[in-house]
Amino acid sequence: MTFVFCVLAALTLAGGLAAVLLKNTVHCALALTVAFAGLALLYLDLDAQFAGFAQILVYIGAVAILVVFAILLTKGSETPKDGVYSRNWPVGLVIAAGVFAVLGWAVLQSARVLPHETGPAPTVTVLQIGNALMGRYVLPLEIVALLLTAALIGAVIVAMHEKEGAK
Amino acid sequence: MTPLTGYLLVAALLFAIGLAGALTRRNAILVLIGIELMLNAANLNLIAFWRYGPHPEALTGMMFAIFSIAVAAAEAAVGLGLVISIHRHAHTTDLDAMNRMKG
Repeated sequence: MTFVFCVLAALTLAGGLAAVLLKNTVHCALALTVAFAGLALLYLDLDAQFAGFAQILVYIGAVAILVVFAILLTKGSETPKDGVYSRNWPVGLVIAAGVFAVLGWAVLQSARVLPHETGPAPTVTVLQIGNALMGRYVLPLEIVALLLTAALIGAVIVAMHEKEGAK
Repeated sequence: MTPLTGYLLVAALLFAIGLAGALTRRNAILVLIGIELMLNAANLNLIAFWRYGPHPEALTGMMFAIFSIAVAAAEAAVGLGLVISIHRHAHTTDLDAMNRMKG
């Protein structure tokens, strides 16, 4: 439990909490960006440089921007008059608290049998990652490429404006 | 408390925050934000297990996290496209108002 870890964890959790609690949707998107940045820094703290920079590129660079675009296109920045929480929010809160209780209990109970490797950080170069992606993981890589193409076309078709009377 | 336990607890808390957001918010985009937070919590678990696991040089956890990031990006694009499409159709993103499946 280093000082750096505590600061980064507090930053990430504060960003996450703000993202689900704030009233204005645009503020929520900005808080989500803070949470993503905190997670990227946590990855860097875990010596996973490639994953950390991929997180920054994909989440802060693409997903957060997409969320902001969606908010602006749907006029979601106006705070609704009848509250931002759904009708049966206490049920959702109870379910989330229960899930956290179960997860935390499981982690603390299994703390003894979890791996304790605290040796030197593994040195992972981009060359190794590239070799793994082109060697052992080449099939998943191709499938992800196909999935991204399908998602791109699907998202465009779903959000495409239908002309009046064109059926 | 070992470092791994700390990371797992942070990830569990982030997952619970995301779940609470997805279950309690009214706006469909905020529900998607909650789902993104849950996916990120799972990625943090993968990276933490990779770092403190017995064979970090095998890169398994890291690769899993990278593929998971790619799939989450595709999910976000399709989800937000659906929200925009629903907004064009029903002129609302309020999930409580979307109570019928007929168009």
